[in-house]
Amino acid sequence: MTDTIIHLLAVIIVPPLLMGVIVKTKAAFAGRAGAPCFQLYYDLFKLMRKGTVFSETTTWVFRAGPVVTLAAVLVASLLVPLGRHAAPISFSGDLVFFVYLLGLARFFTAIAALDTGSSFEGMGAAREVTFSCFAEPALFFAFITLARLSNSLTLSRILTHVTPDVWLAAGASMLLLVGAIFIILLAENCRIPFDDPNTHLELTMIHEVMVLDHSGPAFAMILYGAAVKLFVLGALFVNIAFPFSTGNSILDWGIFIAAMLGLAVAIGVVESVMARIRIVRIPQLLVGATILSAFAMLLMLR
Amino acid sequence: MRNRPLAIANGSAVPFGDIPQFETSIFLETILDATAHSWNVSAYFGMPDRDETTLLCVLTRHTEGVIWVVGAKTREASFPSIAAICPQVQLFEREIAEQCGLKFNRHPWFKPLRFHPSLVPGRDAWGRKSGEQPPVGVMDYFQVTGDEIHEVAVGPVHAGIIEPGHFRFQCHGEEVFHLEISLGYQHRGIESLLQGGPHPATLRQIEAIAGDTTTGHAVAYCMVMEALSGIRVPPRGEVLRGIALELERLANHAGDLGAIAGDVGYLPTSSFCGRIRGDFLNMTAALCGSRFGRGMLIPGGTRFDLTEGERDDLLARLAEARVDLAGAVNLLWDTPSVMGRLEGVGHVPLQTALELGLVGPAARASGIKRDIRNDFPYGIYRMTNIPVASAFHGDVCARTMIRWQEAQKSMDFVEEQLRQMPAGNHAAKEPCSVSEGKIAVAMTEGWRGEICHVAVTDASGKFSRYKVVDPSFHNWPGLAMALREQQISDFPLCNKSFNLSYCGFDL
Repeated sequence: MTDTIIHLLAVIIVPPLLMGVIVKTKAAFAGRAGAPCFQLYYDLFKLMRKGTVFSETTTWVFRAGPVVTLAAVLVASLLVPLGRHAAPISFSGDLVFFVYLLGLARFFTAIAALDTGSSFEGMGAAREVTFSCFAEPALFFAFITLARLSNSLTLSRILTHVTPDVWLAAGASMLLLVGAIFIILLAENCRIPFDDPNTHLELTMIHEVMVLDHSGPAFAMILYGAAVKLFVLGALFVNIAFPFSTGNSILDWGIFIAAMLGLAVAIGVVESVMARIRIVRIPQLLVGATILSAFAMLLMLR
Repeated sequence: MRNRPLAIANGSAVPFGDIPQFETSIFLETILDATAHSWNVSAYFGMPDRDETTLLCVLTRHTEGVIWVVGAKTREASFPSIAAICPQVQLFEREIAEQCGLKFNRHPWFKPLRFHPSLVPGRDAWGRKSGEQPPVGVMDYFQVTGDEIHEVAVGPVHAGIIEPGHFRFQCHGEEVFHLEISLGYQHRGIESLLQGGPHPATLRQIEAIAGDTTTGHAVAYCMVMEALSGIRVPPRGEVLRGIALELERLANHAGDLGAIAGDVGYLPTSSFCGRIRGDFLNMTAALCGSRFGRGMLIPGGTRFDLTEGERDDLLARLAEARVDLAGAVNLLWDTPSVMGRLEGVGHVPLQTALELGLVGPAARASGIKRDIRNDFPYGIYRMTNIPVASAFHGDVCARTMIRWQEAQKSMDFVEEQLRQMPAGNHAAKEPCSVSEGKIAVAMTEGWRGEICHVAVTDASGKFSRYKVVDPSFHNWPGLAMALREQQISDFPLCNKSFNLSYCGFDL
C-alpha cells in the first residue's frame, strides 16, 4: 500500500524535475547558468492559470487531444514497476496494453494536429506517425526478449525479473536491449538527435509542431504529458539498466529516483555533445534500434 | 555617340554626360554579351522622367576589376525583358518595372517586388490605381499541381525573432520542388528619401538600410560623397574604416556560425558564439560608442579617433576573442553529427551561382573567387591584401567553412592594422561640396557581399537618383535555388547559411 502511494506520488511529482535536470545539464555544457531545475513546474502553474484559445476550424477532436494523451500516458505509468516495486496495475499481457496506450496518446496528438488544418501540423503529424512505425517494433522485440527471459507477460514481472544475475547470464543480449531502449527513449520523447525540443523552426520540428495551436491549460497538459512519458520510458530503461535491489523498500525508492536523475543527466549529455540528425536519417537509426533488439531476442532464443 | 561602354574605377565620379546612351538593342546586347563572359550586373536601375525613362546598368568584371556603366533611354511604356536568358537581371527588371512603371515584355516572373506604388504617378506596370498601397504579398505564386503535391506557406510572421518575409514551398512529401520568396514587408522608401539629398539625415538613413551592415553601407555612401566632392580620406581614417568593416564582418560571421550550430541543435558552439558575437560588437562600441557602428563614419574619414590606450585594449580583447572563437568553431568540424548535418545540404552549383550572379560568401562557397576588397580595392584594401577564401562544394558546410576562414582573415587584418596605425588626422578637414551633373559608383564588400551605391547629381548638386543594391538583392534567388530537391526540414538551416537581409532587399 505504501509502495502504491509512493508510486503515485513519484509519477505525479517527479516528471517535470527530469526535464529541469536535462535543461540544467545542457546549460552546464553550454557554459550558462540555465533555468532553475523547477522551471517546468512554474511553467505548468503559469499555463494552468491562463485562458485557452481554440481555433474556429477545430472540432472536439482538437480539445480531446491533450486530455486523452495525458490520460493514456498516466495510465501507462501505472503499469511500469518503479524501483523494484511491483506496479499498481498488472495483468497478463499488459505489455501489449502498455505499448498501445502510448500508441493511443500518439494517435490523439496526431489527429488533434490534423484537426487544425495547418500545413505545419499536418507535416509534423505525418513525421511523428511515420517514425513511430519504426520505433514500435523495436520496443516489441525488447519486450518479447524480456518476456522470454522471465517466462511472463506482465510488465511488473518481466522488468523486476532483471537482476545482476540475469546480466551475468545473458550480458550480450541485455547490452543490446539497453542500447535499443535508450534509442527508443530518445526518439519517443523527441530528444536530440531525433528532434530538437528547443527549436523555434516550424519546418524542422516533429513533435513540437503538432502542439503549436494549443494554449493555456491544454498546453500545460501536453507539456506535463510529455514529462510523464519521459518518466515512464525512463523507468523502463532504469529497470533494465540498473537492476539493483537492496531489499529495503525506502532505500530502493531512493536508488530509483537517483537513477532517474542520472538518466536525465545522461540525456542532457547526449543532447549537448551531438547535433540533430537529418530527418531522412531518422528511420535508419530506428531500424538500427529494431535490429539491436531483434538480435537480442535471437541471442536469447538460441 | 560613343559605342563603347564607359569604364570607371571603384569610388570615382564622372560627368553624367560621359555615360554612353545606347539604342535599346545595343544596350541589351551589351548586357547579354557581358554576362555571358562572366561579368556581373552590379546595378541596373531606371531614372524616370516626365515622358522618358533612362536606364543605367553597372556591369563589373572581377577578374580585371573593371566597372562599366552603360545607359539607354526609352519613351515607350514597355521594354524588352532579357531575364529569361540572363537570370541575373530578373529581380532588377521587376524592380525597374515597379519603380518606373515600365512594363517588361516576356518577363518569366513578372510580379511586383516590394508592393509599393510606382514612383511616377499615373504609370504602373501592372495597371494598378495610383495612390493606393498595394497589399503586400498578394500575387500569383508559381504552383505545382498533381497527386501528393502540397503547398506550405511560411511567414510573414515567423516563430523566431526574425524579419518578415513570405515563403511558398511546393512540396512532394518532404521534398521541395520549388520555393518562391516574396518580400516587401519592410519597404521604407529609402531611395525616395535619399533623392534630393544629401540631407543632414542622409547618412543616418544609409546606416539604417540594413542594421547589421551599417558600416558596409556607410562606407559606400562616404565613398560616393568623397568621389563627388573630391575629398581625400587621410590614411588613419582609411585604417579606422577598415577596422570597423572587419569588426562588423567578424560580429556577423561569429553570430551566424553560432546560429548555424543552433539550427542543427548543437548547443556548445551555439551558446559560445552568441556571446563572442557580443564581444566583437563591444569592440565596435569601443571604436565609436555604438555596437553596430552607427555614427562611426563621416564623408572624409571617421568621426572618432582611436587613442593609444584604446588601441591596446582592442588588441587584448581581439586576442581573447580569437581564442574563444577558434575553440567554439573548431568543435563543429570535430563533431561528426554536425558535419553529417551540414554536408551536402542546400547545394548551389557553380553554374547556378554564376547565372544568378551571387555575391559574397555564398558565391565564394560555390567557387566564385569574387571579393570587392580584392578585385575592386578601395580604402585601406588598396594598401593591403586580404586573401579571398573560396570553396567549391556550394553546400551549407562550404558556406559555414567560408565564414570561419573569412573571420580568421579578418582577425589577422584587424590585428595588423591596429599594430601599424598611421599617424595624422582621421578625417579630412575640408567640408563636402557635391559637384553637379556627375555620376558616382562605389562598391564595398559588406559581410554579406557586394554593396553597390550609384549616385547621380543634378545641375544643383543634389541627388537626382541614389541607387542602393544590397548583397541580399543578388542572393535571395540563390537561397530559392539551394532548396530545389532538398528536404523542407532543411530550409531553416539553408536560410541561416545565407542569412540574407529582408530590409536590405526591401529598402
